[in-house]
Amino acid sequence: MNHVLLASAAPIIPKSLLGNPDSYACERANRLFCWGWLSRNWGSVLWPALRQHVVITLIAVGLGFAIASSLAVLAHRYRRVEQPVVVVTTIFYTIPALALFEILVAVPGFGLSLTTAETALVSYTLLIIFRNTLTGLREVPADVREAAAGMGMSRWQVLARVELPLALPAIIAGVRIATVSTIALATIAALIVNEGLGVPILTAISESTFKTELIAAGVLAVALAVAADALLVGLQRLMTPWARAT
Amino acid sequence: MALSLDESAVVRDGSPALPSAAALELRAVEKRYPGQRRPALAALSLLVPAGEVCVLVGPSGSGKTTAMRLINRMIPLSGGDILIGGRSILDSTPTELRRQIGYVIQQVGLFPHHTVRQNIATVPRLLGWERRRIDARVDELLELVGLDHDELGRRYPSQLSGGQQQRVGVARALAADPPLLLMDEPFGAIDPINRTRLQDEFLRLQERVRKTVVFVTHDIDEAIKMGDRIAVLREGGHLAQFATPAELLSSPADQFVADFVGADRALKRLGLVRLADVELDPPDQWPQPDERLPLDTTAREALARMLSAGGAPLGVADEHGSVVGIVTIALIGRLFSRVEDGRPPESRRGPPPEPNR
Repeated sequence: MNHVLLASAAPIIPKSLLGNPDSYACERANRLFCWGWLSRNWGSVLWPALRQHVVITLIAVGLGFAIASSLAVLAHRYRRVEQPVVVVTTIFYTIPALALFEILVAVPGFGLSLTTAETALVSYTLLIIFRNTLTGLREVPADVREAAAGMGMSRWQVLARVELPLALPAIIAGVRIATVSTIALATIAALIVNEGLGVPILTAISESTFKTELIAAGVLAVALAVAADALLVGLQRLMTPWARAT
Repeated sequence: MALSLDESAVVRDGSPALPSAAALELRAVEKRYPGQRRPALAALSLLVPAGEVCVLVGPSGSGKTTAMRLINRMIPLSGGDILIGGRSILDSTPTELRRQIGYVIQQVGLFPHHTVRQNIATVPRLLGWERRRIDARVDELLELVGLDHDELGRRYPSQLSGGQQQRVGVARALAADPPLLLMDEPFGAIDPINRTRLQDEFLRLQERVRKTVVFVTHDIDEAIKMGDRIAVLREGGHLAQFATPAELLSSPADQFVADFVGADRALKRLGLVRLADVELDPPDQWPQPDERLPLDTTAREALARMLSAGGAPLGVADEHGSVVGIVTIALIGRLFSRVEDGRPPESRRGPPPEPNR
């Protein structure tokens, strides 16, 4: 936080470091990447930003999943629910991210807050998770559904014990895309709230571009996306052992 | 093999005790779909005694699958009533009712995400049996359908052959020892060789479990083989004839049934007669033939074997291999005329022999 405030005044090199110029030759020359800067700023800048980014993403995907999968279950049972949900979530999905953030900031009660950022991020996850979950549920083979009902499962039992487990690969595929795109989008949230990897990125580009910070934060965002995706793939393999059985 | 399948010792949790097989009665059952002038099923009445296999057979559009799905309320009745063991199916909720009726469908419908054991345990779990009882029951059923080897129970359905999947489907349907079993073209998607094997296996299994079975097929040969009674349905869901296989073949009720069972119905009747039930020529009347047939060979198969052997008589041997009689084409011919007369030779319908007897 402290760094951010300083950075807004003197974006490239923090004032406190100016007393010992030789140690900062790399930063002053603004070379492509300064390892010294990285080691000095990891604990104060990058690591907190990364942690905030993870939390922002978890909240957005978690809420998005809860909302979108519930809507998908509803649309699976009541077909007429599908069309309005698709229309609304598609509109959310197609509004340019920057525009959506600006619109939400103007809404009374939102303003420059985490709520605003999360609302925007959640709205981008809805379409993909909704679509994938609904497709997964609908692709459960008719004979499996027939057998489940024919053996005396209630509708909810068919859903919980048969349809949702069988839709898992499609559901997780949707969550993967939503997670990766949320990690990317969440950098823009720094425009609204001083949190996440977007903060060092904005700092780095605010006047003349400070390459090291830009690259470090950018690489972290990409690495986070790759790691999250790998984690979800692992989760899917754990949860669907039957899908690998041949 | 200790089986509790046909014993009243089977105790159920939470549901009234049921007999291991129950009579099924369809009373003027009717099914109409909205927007269609003609009913899919018109006033169908059938009585299936407990422990018998009733085959519903007919061309497509004859309502045979509709009739079956009315029984477990997969589709609602439009009129009439159905009684299982004297109780109307409308007395219980559809889910309660279905947990007491075994259901086997053509595409099997095994749960891909459950192992074989979990699939078989489906209804016992729905009924809230305790774990140990379920495990014991699953072991029993795996043995009953011949899948109690190679850890097959731990596999997923995708790792099984079509025939094995259908066996699991049958085991799953029998899991809670239901008094009634519904089978909708259960062997329709299986290749001919395995279909014959599964049919034979099912008849042997039925000898042991003695369930009341409703079996839907469009294949008249399968109907004759599997049924204690056959209901022939015609388009529009009208019952053309309800009779034993022998009656159906010897005296079809009308031209529709005669056409449906086929011009070779006399030959088909021979398929219901086993050499054990026929008065064979004494062994000393003919020179000892090289080829010997087991006693449970059907007259139809014996005829085919003799024709392919150039018409020569064949020996018939008991299980010890000693020749007990001789079968000739002339003898089958005499049988034929009796069949055509409509006087059925003593025919004992029983399960086919164990393969390696």
